[in-house]
Amino acid sequence: MFPAPFEYHRATSIDETLALLAKHGGDARVLAGGQSLIPAMRFRLARPAVLVDINALHELSYLREEGGMLAIGAMTRDAALETSALIASKYPLLADTSALVADPVVRQSGTVVGSLCHNDPAGDWGVTALAGRAQIVIRNASGTRTVAIDDFLVDSFTTAVGEGELALEVRFPTPPPRTAGSYQKIERKVGDFATASAAARITLDADGAITGAGVAIGAAGPHAMRVRDAEQLLQGAKPTKELIRAAADAARALADPVADNRGSVEFKKDMAGVLVGRALIAAIGRLGVEGLR
Amino acid sequence: MSTTAKPTPDKYSLGQSMKRKEDPRFLRGHGNYVDDIVLPGMLWLSIVHSPYPHARIVKIDKTAALAVPGVVAVLTGEDLAAHNLAWIPTFHGYDKQMILAVGKVLFQYQEVAGVIASSREIAQDAAELVEVEYEPLDPVVNPFQSREDKIILRDDRENKTNHIYHWEVGKRDATDAAIAASDVSIKERVVFQRCHPAPLEPCGIIADMDAATGRLTLYLTSQAPHAHRTVVSLVTGIPEDKIHVISPDLGGGFGNKVPVYPGYVVAAAASVVIGVPVKWIETRTENLTTTGFARDYHMDVEIGATKDGKVTALKVATVADHGAFDAAADPTKYPAGLFGIVTGSYDFANAFTELDAYFTNKPPGGVAYRCSFRVTEASFAIERGMEILARKLNMDPAELRLKNFIKKEQFPYPSPLGFVYDSGDYHLTLRKALDIIGYDALRQEQKEKRTRGELMGIGISTFTEAVGAGPSKHFDIMGIKMFDSAEIRVHPTGSAILRAGTKSQGQGHETTWAQIAADELGLDPQNIMVEEGDTDTAPYGLGTYASRSTPVAGAAIAMAARKIREKARKIAAHLLEAPVDDIEWENHAFHVKGLPENAITMQTIAFAAYTNPAPDTEPGLEATFYYDPPNLTFPYGAYIAVVDVDAETGFVKVRRFLAIDDCGTVINPMIVEGQIHGGLTEGFAIAFMQELAFDADGNSLNTNFTEYLVPTSLETPHWETSSTCTPSPHHPIGAKGVGESPNVGSPAAFVNAVMDALAPLGVTHIDMPLTREKVWRAVRSAKGAAKT
Repeated sequence: MFPAPFEYHRATSIDETLALLAKHGGDARVLAGGQSLIPAMRFRLARPAVLVDINALHELSYLREEGGMLAIGAMTRDAALETSALIASKYPLLADTSALVADPVVRQSGTVVGSLCHNDPAGDWGVTALAGRAQIVIRNASGTRTVAIDDFLVDSFTTAVGEGELALEVRFPTPPPRTAGSYQKIERKVGDFATASAAARITLDADGAITGAGVAIGAAGPHAMRVRDAEQLLQGAKPTKELIRAAADAARALADPVADNRGSVEFKKDMAGVLVGRALIAAIGRLGVEGLR
Repeated sequence: MSTTAKPTPDKYSLGQSMKRKEDPRFLRGHGNYVDDIVLPGMLWLSIVHSPYPHARIVKIDKTAALAVPGVVAVLTGEDLAAHNLAWIPTFHGYDKQMILAVGKVLFQYQEVAGVIASSREIAQDAAELVEVEYEPLDPVVNPFQSREDKIILRDDRENKTNHIYHWEVGKRDATDAAIAASDVSIKERVVFQRCHPAPLEPCGIIADMDAATGRLTLYLTSQAPHAHRTVVSLVTGIPEDKIHVISPDLGGGFGNKVPVYPGYVVAAAASVVIGVPVKWIETRTENLTTTGFARDYHMDVEIGATKDGKVTALKVATVADHGAFDAAADPTKYPAGLFGIVTGSYDFANAFTELDAYFTNKPPGGVAYRCSFRVTEASFAIERGMEILARKLNMDPAELRLKNFIKKEQFPYPSPLGFVYDSGDYHLTLRKALDIIGYDALRQEQKEKRTRGELMGIGISTFTEAVGAGPSKHFDIMGIKMFDSAEIRVHPTGSAILRAGTKSQGQGHETTWAQIAADELGLDPQNIMVEEGDTDTAPYGLGTYASRSTPVAGAAIAMAARKIREKARKIAAHLLEAPVDDIEWENHAFHVKGLPENAITMQTIAFAAYTNPAPDTEPGLEATFYYDPPNLTFPYGAYIAVVDVDAETGFVKVRRFLAIDDCGTVINPMIVEGQIHGGLTEGFAIAFMQELAFDADGNSLNTNFTEYLVPTSLETPHWETSSTCTPSPHHPIGAKGVGESPNVGSPAAFVNAVMDALAPLGVTHIDMPLTREKVWRAVRSAKGAAKT
């Protein structure tokens, strides 16, 4: 279990990173937390000719609120979110997710942005980013652009990050008042990829009607998917058991998983629905509305 | 002979939770494993594996691999055949196994070629360049397909059938008649799935042929170093004095490090031919896909009973999947191991069991993973069967067990399938378990939950094992009787070295062996050094597996110590100037009868043995003992699991698990508890997540730890443990084996609990592992059936 031969560069600045990526083009891969890339290389499933290690770029390790957004840098580890008071108090959806990524050892190294860029169909952060309406900031030699998460997740293991480009940070809009979220996941054991997962974000108005809804599912298609039908059902409605059941059914209908050791298509489709239901109930419960189970 | 633990002062430590002497070494990273050993000039072996489960080898082209700088040799089956090493006999001698494939491959990942190079990385890179041309053949992936004999897998064998053997014990006709005549009977097929022991340290070797001395040293991940030395000698013709096996620290074994693997043989052959050391360390994938798996028994269980719940007959018919070669490492006379323990803790008047084993296109093995030679499969069959019977009788499963247990006054108990159980008090142990868990309150809670549609279950397993192989009249491997041995040398200042024919893989022998000797000799266990695993120094023994170490080597240690004590008595008589017959051993010291205040210790005697030996007595103080056990030991336990099932997702939460074990005299309660915790965690994994699965084309679906699941502390339940003590009447200190009890006993408790939770839905049985999807599916189909 040794990687195939590769060239290794430890970048010391963002500019140097971009120069290395521009020079090596499609042969190069960025190494951040390495929790997916390194195992894939050891199994020789991934054979990048060049690795550009950005672990020395400490300036990319941050969690900060600015301009109505939470910004998470490309070198910010999952564990940083898991232990952050800011995340715990204002971003329950992110707090849930950070505590459910893989296992505690992986979370010490793994990064949020790295997970998004890897875009594994069963990854956690894509689901949460869709429900949370995240944006990704991408830089290349000629400048910086911001891409909505819906456009960022292109296909399995493929994102909007092009050759010679580096994803700098992910941004989540700071939730308005009376907003909560929840991330739910079924896994065979801690550290396994999701059998199914779901994220929900809900904003209620003073009358208890839903004024904002984000719903997404994971391990149910080529990449994390937004359940737009569920979002439309929820928007403007008051939460009821029937409403939640309908939203869950929308997730079942959208889910298009593949069968593997984790379960059959039939089971995973149903779990997508069960978890969307549970995520909605948990999110709304965090806003003090009970009795939806 | 004393059969119970004596009350002893702390320092002599038998029965005390002394901290493990080996742990400071391991905790500081000072363990010494095979992969830690680096020899000058050492080369590396990497193995080329077959991508096909069944294929003819058309051509192997070594050219590209040999062209890589640093590559010394590429070996194939044809090369080994020239040295008569392409095939070797399997352990019990009824079959042979391929080292490197000749002609065709019989399972996916089978070893096809070996690349020897100057570094591990070069060897692995070059292994990718060995070009093998295959002609794929249709695979046979389950034993039921195999027994049709439409595709014959082993064209090397004279008999053109996939059937390996039929084995049976008991009275078929009487059992069939009793079941037919019974008021109530059950029949269920229960499958104990193929799983893998997955020790954290995979297998490995450094073979070092010294061309000058002609001596072959093998640093080997071996649970049985002497047996391996003898096998190497028998297979290669190298005289046994020219073979030195060293089994250093082992990172777990669980039976996975008993067989001889192709990597060992290729490395050794390469070292002999090239004349330098050759190292091979398995990858995780190689360990999971090629080395000794466990179980794979398909068992039809039938039980007959009277309508008031007295069992009358048991019949179990098994189809066993042995993979490509019959390499299950069983004692010669026991092709299905000790499966005859299948009558369990119950008094059956009639019993019969039979088994048919078949070849398939899967890796070979079958006896591993704390199974005590198939006791695990047998215990699962009977404990599931009793649970199913209880439900059919509409009887509480605890009550059914209490009604049918062998009574304590029936011991020694001759079982209908040929064992003589040594001792036990099954009623006492189960009643203690029911009391600790609060059984009646749990049943009440369950009743209330069921009215609300909540799924809660309670599962019991009251297993009995047969361990400690074994008496020489029945047990041998390759003809070598399954005794074990100990040698103790007491140094002049009263410390000692103790060597045994066993080999700890984490069981704590360095501590428990010292505790046994310390108690017998009145020495400080901290100053008794224990050494195992070096065939040049340790007395010959058959090794550590099947819970045999304490029953056999543990007895040998006590007996060797007693030999020393007899000699010490003569020295004491000399020192105390009294006749030998007047010398008494009491409170770990000698004194003249009637004069206990004038006692002398073993330490004093040890010094005298070297400085002032008694007349007519050999100087020195040491002894060796080879112990041939008169019988197996029969540890047992009562386990209870309490689970809550999430009907929507199929998730099973193990709320409580209580294990009460009775292994007779306990040498070190902390070490026993550690063994129980580890084995329960394995049993939990087997029950809920572990399976070596294959697709219809014979492809392995579990080639690494992302797909073969080992639980972490985060999902492992909390274990509650307790014990009762029924000493073995025939063991010198009354001890029985215990290392495998939790793996043997717990799977049935978990499954019984889940089936109990699903009982209101009419679900009788689900095969392990009880994944979420299987439970979800059972709930769904039951609910669907209820609607229609």
